[in-house]
Amino acid sequence: MDHKIGVYIDTGYGIGEALDIEALSAVATGEFKVAVCKAEPYWNEPEKLAIIRNDIANESLTAVIIAGPSPRVFQQEFSFGEVITERVNLREHVVWSHPANDEDTQMLAEDYLRMGIIKTSKYVDREPFMEETDKSILVIGGGVTGMTAALEAAKAGYQVYLVEKEPRLGGWANSFHKVFTGQPPYDEIKDSPIQEKIKAVNDHDKIKVFTGNRVFSISGAPGMFDVIIRPDGPWIEKLVKEQNEWLAAKKAKEAAGGEEAETPKTAEPAAAAEEEPPEEIDFAHETVRVGAIILAAGWRPEDVSNRKNLGYGQYPDVVTSVEFEEIATKGKISRPSDGKPVNSIAFVEAIDDEVKHPLQYASSVGSLVALKQAHYLRSTNPEGKAFIFYENMRTPGQYEKFYQTMQDDPGVFMSRGVPVAVGNGTAGLTVELKDTLLGEQMKIGVDMVVISTGMVPATKDSAILNLKYRQGPFLPENPYGFTDSHFICFPYETQRTGIYVAGCVRMPLDFQSCELDAAGAALKAIQCVELVAQGKAVHPRAGDQSYPELMITRCTQCKRCTEECPFGMYDEKPDGTPLPNPTRCRRCAICMGSCPERIISFRDHSVDMIGSMVKGMHVPDEYSEKPRVVVFVCENDAYPAVDMAGINRLQYSSFVRFIPLRCLGNINMVWIADALSKGIDGIMLIGCKYGDDYQCHFVKGSELAQYRMSKISETLQRLVLESERIEVHQLSIDEYHRIPEIVDAFMETLSGFDPNPYKGF
Amino acid sequence: MAGDKTVLVVGGGISGITAALEAAEAGCKAILVEKEPYLGGRVARMNKYFPKLCPPNCGLEINFRRLRKNPDVTVYTLATVESITGAPGAYTATIKISPRYVRDHTATSKCVEDCPAEIPNDFNYGMDKVHAVRLPYEMAYPMSLVADAQALKKVEGTAEYKAFVESCKAKGIELDLDAQPETIEVKASSVVWATGWRPYDPTKLDKLGFGTCANVITNVMMERLAAANGPTKGEIVRPSDGKKVNNVAFVQCAGSRDRNHLPYCSSICCLASLKQAVYVREYNPDARAHIFYIDLRAYGRFEFFYEKVREDENILFTKGKIVNITEDPKTKDVILEGEDILSGEKIRRTFDMAVLATGMQPNTSIEKIPAAGVSYDEFGFVISDQGIHATGVTKRPMDVGTCMQDATGAAVKALQDTVGR
Repeated sequence: MDHKIGVYIDTGYGIGEALDIEALSAVATGEFKVAVCKAEPYWNEPEKLAIIRNDIANESLTAVIIAGPSPRVFQQEFSFGEVITERVNLREHVVWSHPANDEDTQMLAEDYLRMGIIKTSKYVDREPFMEETDKSILVIGGGVTGMTAALEAAKAGYQVYLVEKEPRLGGWANSFHKVFTGQPPYDEIKDSPIQEKIKAVNDHDKIKVFTGNRVFSISGAPGMFDVIIRPDGPWIEKLVKEQNEWLAAKKAKEAAGGEEAETPKTAEPAAAAEEEPPEEIDFAHETVRVGAIILAAGWRPEDVSNRKNLGYGQYPDVVTSVEFEEIATKGKISRPSDGKPVNSIAFVEAIDDEVKHPLQYASSVGSLVALKQAHYLRSTNPEGKAFIFYENMRTPGQYEKFYQTMQDDPGVFMSRGVPVAVGNGTAGLTVELKDTLLGEQMKIGVDMVVISTGMVPATKDSAILNLKYRQGPFLPENPYGFTDSHFICFPYETQRTGIYVAGCVRMPLDFQSCELDAAGAALKAIQCVELVAQGKAVHPRAGDQSYPELMITRCTQCKRCTEECPFGMYDEKPDGTPLPNPTRCRRCAICMGSCPERIISFRDHSVDMIGSMVKGMHVPDEYSEKPRVVVFVCENDAYPAVDMAGINRLQYSSFVRFIPLRCLGNINMVWIADALSKGIDGIMLIGCKYGDDYQCHFVKGSELAQYRMSKISETLQRLVLESERIEVHQLSIDEYHRIPEIVDAFMETLSGFDPNPYKGF
Repeated sequence: MAGDKTVLVVGGGISGITAALEAAEAGCKAILVEKEPYLGGRVARMNKYFPKLCPPNCGLEINFRRLRKNPDVTVYTLATVESITGAPGAYTATIKISPRYVRDHTATSKCVEDCPAEIPNDFNYGMDKVHAVRLPYEMAYPMSLVADAQALKKVEGTAEYKAFVESCKAKGIELDLDAQPETIEVKASSVVWATGWRPYDPTKLDKLGFGTCANVITNVMMERLAAANGPTKGEIVRPSDGKKVNNVAFVQCAGSRDRNHLPYCSSICCLASLKQAVYVREYNPDARAHIFYIDLRAYGRFEFFYEKVREDENILFTKGKIVNITEDPKTKDVILEGEDILSGEKIRRTFDMAVLATGMQPNTSIEKIPAAGVSYDEFGFVISDQGIHATGVTKRPMDVGTCMQDATGAAVKALQDTVGR
């Protein structure tokens, strides 16, 4: 659409001294005939902002371009309601990193201004995605985490549906004898407060509880999830089997390296979401509509029966720490085998050299549980002796105090030690250990052995969410075996928008940490339903109102968008075209990059917009010895890094032009072709680190970009250009000092080639 | 739901930023108060996070972007809360805001390099000096200069200072050394307290050589030493002679788990040392790192990281507590003494440098919350959960990820304070 644009060039910060402002203004007024173009220092000042506001009113401007400091500053100052505001970075990206009063610096500034004006002119009017949404919240799991999440959300005023597969609420906490309270003096354990919590949940008029029920299926999207809740029954086993088969088929496909989408439909029984008439539901069920989901399905004890050496299953007096809790609730501890009082117990860790990560599910709480259970024995039997063997005693924070208390107890013996074997002795069991503090090997006789068991997330090998999503029924797992997707910085992120994970389903946690985690998940769910109701995106682009729109008539059913979206935004229609679910979208625009037909665009970000920017820059002819390079950078990390280079006045070639993308996975191959056929000599992509410890805010965007570039050879061959003209780099935000080195090395590489022969075409 | 109710968040580190943003994105207004001239707290001064060895500025930048975009969060830096009265739903707080003594248009340290006065650089734990007018660090939020008026007043009469003031003026930077602090009063429905922690004072560990041995530093100093924007531009070198560190010792539980110092476990120091050992080895592949620990507390999924680190044969582990550190007066090498728990033998070993894994002490152990009804445990952590909501390390030692979870949880409590009252 036609925009009436005002351009405001900031001459402060040395910009006015370093550039020919008149010539720069002439780009705006001459080449583009913008309505207003003014040059002044410090447009952020109130009186200058008043000038802009006046112009907006008097000249009916629909768009304003501030050509000055980085868009990373003065974002609030330079916002003018409905008027589009675009920023051209003349400070960090031009005058702070290139020589003043230099022909190439001037050309750089002019190109950035051209690109800014072109970008602005490509904004289109489009309403935010508004549909009637529901603000209720579904909580899956009625243990301590699920109940806490339900209560926190309900207390904030939201309707909650709580689904628990067991006939009663409480989860594991029901069978725990005592728990740590996390309250001073930290050297006590108390009765589990779970009964009070159950009562609070049952009494709350905003919480509807479904015990003895499971989630049969979830379809829809944030703000409009349709959840079928079904009484527990044998059906669940069939579903688990189906989903395991689906996963195995998916993994086999990935192992075969087949990224191609021609998958036989039969491999996706539970996954295919299609615009078909809803299935006949011929079983008892209830359907609820919710806006967001908290997955708090908890954990199950790790199976220790394969640790044959520990005698579990062979000797009745060898029990797991979970089983021991039940034994302890009966008061004085007696042996399962013969009911005789227990005078000595060995607590051991189920360490097994055969298992890759033996403590993957255990180490957060294993030591605490052993200490707590030793206390059970000591408090009920003054003669009792507890032997605790551990690899590392882990009692973080104030829990150390409990450890110190137990250390002071003469009836508790603690040592490093790895259990080797458990056998039958004359009076009871014998435990053989190695690597103890008392020497290499030792052997003790005890009445009972308690094996510390790991906590396996309930999502493992089970069917809990049962999403009717094209990309599958469950949350994708991270390399650690859990389902959160932005480990460290944004702990509530998952790859399914509007579904937040909390409690032991996310990692082994103690009681107190489960409550802490649940409260946070409740907030995220609330945030989601509120933002979606306003037609806005959730994190990390919270508040974004634009969303991807598809010109579906040109779709070739290649399915790349449906497969590559990290968040499962697209389902599929029967004809094979994508079915977008805008409220699932995180606005990373990876789908925009994936589409070979270029039919996916946002109001404020489109294939045409970026392509036109590339095509709009001036490319000097091949005799000028002024090569041109386009660098597509991730706006989250690489772009600020380029700013940092400017802030530190690092200097690099003036022949490069940076174009920010929402994520490097946003890169569309057509822009590469556009650039090359325009005569651009080289193209770089700079994005976040990928791999197991990926830093990409959209999980796999930078990896996808790398993958797409590996397939670019065809384009290059067609144009008869060297493959070295394209480079992809991974850069952390703190590696800004590498920018001159990366840019200049690339310029060096390009100097070995002739200029791109397409210049001037 | 939340209407325009306001949450006051005190402390602009990662917990406070998270609480303010999460509340604001859920529909509240937030006031974020930070005593330093920049947000980010301890995290801004970290080089890498464990276990991914990724830069904290990456996540901070996203959070700063959320702040820049969100008109519902008001940030006050150089500000402290003097008093809070009232109850959930209706609090009144007075905030004292100290002047920056300089006005600019998002200038940077490079803009003021001709400043004639220098001061010790707090951001780098005093390991270098910085101009008395500076941007605290290059990614600082807000991106505004701050001046040390006291230091500048000492040079006020000089020609250099006058020239500096003139050059500043030309760059749109104005100094005002006589600016006065102001006190404002704000109303809030809810208060979240997130003033975080400080490293335990290493000079109190008198046998561990801090301050007496040139090459004994703390873990937080190590973060600055390794940071590209640190005092050595990321060169991991000995303070005594600037030589590359080849053989470094990490001394765990320097203060923590010690009944005479911090009786609790600081939870994160084992992992921090694992991380530092890894980046020392990345920086200098010839280097060796030796970690002396009592228990290696790599909880949860951090176990994977511990396992990976153990694969490096140049990162050594000894289960043992170091009780004494001295230095060789000639070489300035450090000599560690202690006991090997497994063998029972005495340890006496020499290293280029020793890093004390000092623990986290809650700031509330020293600066109490200026409000009634808050209770603390014997270590100074806040334990009351009614009224003012404590979050992050104000409650207990936590890693960054857990702080973010907890701060998000604090935001739901804040939201609850704004409804149904």
